[in-house]
Amino acid sequence: MDPAFEFLCRMGDNTLVLGHRVSEWCGHSPVLEEDIALANTALDLIGQTQLWLGLAAEVEGAGRDADALAMTRDAWDFRNVLLVELPNGDFGRTMMRQCLFDAWHDLVLAELRDSTDDRIAAIADKTSREVAYHLERSRDTVIGLGDGTEESHARMQAALDRLYPYVGELFETDAVDAALAEAGIAPDPGNLRDAYDARITGIMAEATLTIPDSRFAHKGGRDGVRHTEHLGHLLTEMQWLQRAYPGATW
Amino acid sequence: MNVRMDRPTMPEIWAWLDQVPDPEIPAISLVDLGVIRDLKWQEETLQVTVTPTYSGCPATSVINMEIERALRKNGVQNVQIKRQISPPWTTDWLSDKGRASLLAYGIAPPQPAGGPENCPRCGGTDLERVSQFGSTPCKAQWRCRDCLEPFDYFKCI
Ligand SMILES: [Zn+2]
Repeated sequence: MDPAFEFLCRMGDNTLVLGHRVSEWCGHSPVLEEDIALANTALDLIGQTQLWLGLAAEVEGAGRDADALAMTRDAWDFRNVLLVELPNGDFGRTMMRQCLFDAWHDLVLAELRDSTDDRIAAIADKTSREVAYHLERSRDTVIGLGDGTEESHARMQAALDRLYPYVGELFETDAVDAALAEAGIAPDPGNLRDAYDARITGIMAEATLTIPDSRFAHKGGRDGVRHTEHLGHLLTEMQWLQRAYPGATW
Repeated sequence: MNVRMDRPTMPEIWAWLDQVPDPEIPAISLVDLGVIRDLKWQEETLQVTVTPTYSGCPATSVINMEIERALRKNGVQNVQIKRQISPPWTTDWLSDKGRASLLAYGIAPPQPAGGPENCPRCGGTDLERVSQFGSTPCKAQWRCRDCLEPFDYFKCI
């Protein structure tokens, strides 16, 4: 197993799976502006996936491309964290998940801009601008709804309680991470935790929400050991066309 | 189609490309948008370096097709489009002509302050943001409190 390939799949699968989840809101959002915002966010994430998985395929050198990686791998080959494959829930939970993810995504991309691998640094430089914009919006929405009505506050607190156990996986470190950190290609995820906690603490305080005490973390996505049951259902829908009509183009 | 024996000059080629409208905001050209970074002859092939705007912008592939079409129409048969993502595209690369065309078209051009300076319709300055996103990845929705009209703002990136 090539650590670089593994790492690039982790980056690309996070953006792919989250991008697909967010796209499920298209035509269903509470108001038109939010529908457009979610669709644009999904579009950015899918575009970023093309860059990450495109480079993964290049590094792998096995004749696959970004589409083949996205559309023909099965659930056990996906390397996204569990957080992004969870069902959307209500609008508040979707935005809470987005905020928890964006806050990490923004931090990791800032580090990756200094990667010793120029190709990774270039993708990070490009996508970090889009992600800063995503974070601005998800943070403002979480604060607005958390510090909103009794109903919206209760829903946002429930969303945070439900999703927080999935945050810890973002900061797991394994042999892949150690090898890349050693080579200066990517940061050790564990080293981002303090900066992340400082951010999330600030956001949740402003949103009048309480972060759960427990650091218990559900894991198994980024190493592919045990995804949730939800990923298979997501892939069934996302990959259906290429599975039914392999190589179809239009 | 023109068939010519001599090789066109770079200013000629830039002028042709400046006639190609952005597929999503036809008021400005691809040259105004700043996505065409370089033109270079590699023997008989014209290499066009293009930097995409947003990662997921669906216009990216259309932009490449439009560039090829414009060049072929003017007799350049061998065209190679090279994608370059670094340095990343920024709204600083919009030309002054492009910014003026945006405003005339009703889209407020990007400002370093992160929001529009004036309402493109009445020039008013009492403005509010409706949404961080708009009808295309590069725009946000704003409203003017003077004339009460909504308008697009070209996001600063
Ligand atoms: Zn006005």
